[in-house]
Amino acid sequence: MATVSATPTPRAIARRRRKDSFKRTWGQYRRSTMGMLGLIILIFFLIIAIFGPWIIGHCESSTTSQLSPLCHPAAPPLVSPNSHYWFGTDYEGRSVLSLTILGTRISLIVGLAATLITVVIGAGIGLIAGYYGGWIEIALMRVTDWFLVIPFLPLAIVLSVILKPSLYTVIFVIGITTWPSTARVIRAQVLSVKTRTYVERARALGAGDWHMMTRHILPNVGPLIFANTILIVAVAILSEATLSFLGLGPDPLVNVSWGTILEAAFGHGAAYSGFWWWIVSPGTAIVLLVLAFTMIGYALDDILNPKLRVR
Amino acid sequence: MSLLDVRDLHVTYRTQGGPVPAVRGIDLDLDRGEVLGLAGESGCGKSTIAGAILRLLPAGTAVTGEVLLNDENILEMKPGRLRAVRWSDASIIFQGAMHALNPVQRIGDQIAEPIVLHGQAGEREARVRSGELLEQVGLPSRRLMDYPHELSGGQRQRVMIAMALACNPSFIIADEPTTALDVMVQAQVLRLLKELQTELGLAMIFITHDLSVLVETCDSLAIMYAGRIVERGPAEEVFKSAAHPYTAALAAAFPEIGDVRFRKHPSGLPGDPPYPSDLPTGCTFHPRCPQAFDDCSTLDPRLFTVSEGRQAACLLVDGALEEARAKQAATATASEEVG
Amino acid sequence: MTTTSVPPEAPPTSGPILDVEDIHVHFAGRVGLGAGLFGRKATVARAVDGVSLRMQRGEILALAGESGCGKTTTARAIMGLERPQQGTILYKNEPIWKDLRTYRRRVQMVFQDPTGALNPRQTIYESVAEGLRIHKVPGEEREQVAKALSNAGMRPPERFFLNYPHELSGGQRQRVVIAGALALEPDMIVADEPVSNLDASVRGEILALLMELRDRLGLTILVVTHDLGLAWTIADRVAVMYLGRIVEIGPAEEVLLRPKHPYTQALLDVVPEAGGLVRPILQGETPDPTRIPEGCRFHTRCPLVASGRAKELGIEDKCRGQDLGLKEMDPEHLAACYAADLGEIR
Repeated sequence: MATVSATPTPRAIARRRRKDSFKRTWGQYRRSTMGMLGLIILIFFLIIAIFGPWIIGHCESSTTSQLSPLCHPAAPPLVSPNSHYWFGTDYEGRSVLSLTILGTRISLIVGLAATLITVVIGAGIGLIAGYYGGWIEIALMRVTDWFLVIPFLPLAIVLSVILKPSLYTVIFVIGITTWPSTARVIRAQVLSVKTRTYVERARALGAGDWHMMTRHILPNVGPLIFANTILIVAVAILSEATLSFLGLGPDPLVNVSWGTILEAAFGHGAAYSGFWWWIVSPGTAIVLLVLAFTMIGYALDDILNPKLRVR
Repeated sequence: MSLLDVRDLHVTYRTQGGPVPAVRGIDLDLDRGEVLGLAGESGCGKSTIAGAILRLLPAGTAVTGEVLLNDENILEMKPGRLRAVRWSDASIIFQGAMHALNPVQRIGDQIAEPIVLHGQAGEREARVRSGELLEQVGLPSRRLMDYPHELSGGQRQRVMIAMALACNPSFIIADEPTTALDVMVQAQVLRLLKELQTELGLAMIFITHDLSVLVETCDSLAIMYAGRIVERGPAEEVFKSAAHPYTAALAAAFPEIGDVRFRKHPSGLPGDPPYPSDLPTGCTFHPRCPQAFDDCSTLDPRLFTVSEGRQAACLLVDGALEEARAKQAATATASEEVG
Repeated sequence: MTTTSVPPEAPPTSGPILDVEDIHVHFAGRVGLGAGLFGRKATVARAVDGVSLRMQRGEILALAGESGCGKTTTARAIMGLERPQQGTILYKNEPIWKDLRTYRRRVQMVFQDPTGALNPRQTIYESVAEGLRIHKVPGEEREQVAKALSNAGMRPPERFFLNYPHELSGGQRQRVVIAGALALEPDMIVADEPVSNLDASVRGEILALLMELRDRLGLTILVVTHDLGLAWTIADRVAVMYLGRIVEIGPAEEVLLRPKHPYTQALLDVVPEAGGLVRPILQGETPDPTRIPEGCRFHTRCPLVASGRAKELGIEDKCRGQDLGLKEMDPEHLAACYAADLGEIR
């Protein structure tokens, strides 16, 4: 057996550690049926979001940046699902299936963007408040409580009146109403990690705040942040659909999202007139995607949340 | 006739990683009023025995052998009979008992609970009895109305003892009853247990890793290692002149202050107690034994008689080596004949 | 009001390496806003209530006592993890709070719970190297880590580089914690209950390691423990604490075999050994650090007061009303007891 060089380098050790950790988590994740199912559904939607427009096909003489459903050759409007139009058509003869596929992109983008805002603000505040304690914590948590208490819908309505209803408004509104719950969850975890002996050991070794936060607190809180993030995406997507449905979302002529489809459907009385396909298609998509994120989030939470772990 | 007679007890846990043999063939017997000490470190199986006797182990655990309480085999009792036996014939003081109290229930109610459950008394009488029990363990009966958090660690431990006595058992299993208590409080609780034991004629199995505590309170000692008893005998003898090297090492971990042999001379064993799922061949102690020799890694010593009432599972005992070799040869030829 | 009356008979080279003078560490309880408005003051727990001690280079001192006596808080104050409200801590004649970061390289800590003290996500290598990285110690990191692990008894050290804490046994984990402390090549180690969480048969090895570190590397070691047997095994000197004060201090043989303070005597009496429970056991439990008794803080449980002997000696009033400090009973052996002062204790 050939002798390998004396000892592994520190970088190699760190790399190996990261690999080990990832392999372990993935191994555990694979064993969760809920998690795997959610992952499959998510991948499915991701493929649709990325390749959707190609599936639908381009529109040659399009003047808008949007694609085929808006310049589709005249198709009979409000046709119930048949072999040609799997999900039927809407009031302008556009294939509901195509609309739904298009909407995937926007819904996902909004979901992810809003989540990014939420997590950056929420985790940041949670970390600082939890780590420093004292006045900083008190002040930050009071601000958090204030935002927590603000009811989502009234704020959304007010903000949409002040700022024009658009994609950015939706992202903004969801972001500032959702971060408080993340902040609280993260702060609680930071408080718990802060008392661990190895954090005190780092302090005894002479570590400063930055070292302790980045090398001990964050890596131990990180996984929880990640699991929490996934769940926030589910919330964000649902919120976007709600806002769009209420007419507070982006202009449907510019950006198609599942919420705007539903808005149009209800606006045209689809519910009472029996055009069920117009509602069921986007509705099912919302349910499935939110379900997917929720399942993944719970599966991750089971693995990464130290309180639930049975190790 | 012994009160408790455990014969060839084996306990194997079922885990994700496969079966784990926690107890591998134990024989115990306890007479009325006798106090037996069970000593050992983590992974030796002593707490498992406590659970096994009253069948409190998780479902799916394989328990074989016999546990005879007054000649009735607990392992074969029907659920109804088992529930009747639990607590009224034999009770347990659990490890970490201080945390085993329900934080939202008053002490008095918690002590009265088993009394009422066993139909020994109505609620009112049960309260009176709870008060008596509290006095018996050295707490004023007005503390019946307190919640657990209003008591100190030592006081909570006394409450656990009162609970164990609630249904007048003939036999108590105390699993690490004084761990995590200060030495002074520990001494108080030990004295209490001894007094109660003498007063009520209780039989007791006292489980702990602290050998010095056992020497004070027990009549006889059994030292456990890796799921088996490796030495047994009268408490003082075993402690002072151990026949098994492990017992000697364990005793050395609790040096007598003033004993010059231990001054500036810490002694311990290398390595660690083995995991039950990963036991060494031959004598399970041999990798750590300061007196191990060749045969120790191939022959598995059972308990050999050292002297009257004393046994040790070590090849160094007089006559043990020959017996073990003979037995191994016998089993070898037997399997040859069969095969 | 506590002063040690021992003149520093230090070796000619230097004075004590550690000089703790009359430190007080108080923890204030929380008072709700409402109660605070009504003038209710927060209850103050006087965890360390006037502790002084000096350590010479290369000695092993055991700080002993039951839980709540303030020994851990004292150790943490010495480590700079708690800031005393009063008093000074000098290390090689420099106050430690002037340059805490440099101080931390010289004095390191070993913790009670070896499992909790290691970050479960870090490899052994990284845990040991942590101190080196924090202080940006120059040199070949790999060599330094290997040397530290080797000094802590983990040989060959390379074998353990990639392990995680959960893959090691309790004794090995404690060795890793010790290695992490040794990596910085400190002069002094503060060990807080270093073996109480370990299996009994494993303790001896870790204690032997600590003694070896003193013998071979010249380390000064402060061991916090509740186990007087441990003090008997490895300590040069023993200091017994009760309710935030040192009540007796001196060479181990003196304090453990010829104790001068009734509390020390009581602690020694209850150490279990063959012979049965016939010795006197103190009643009740240690009072709350928020309600320290007047006078001699031990008088509420003192067998001399309870039995009337204090009254006979005429000191009972003093015991109940007049606080006292350590006084020299025998050379180098101090105790805070009126009765001992009269020569009454053995």
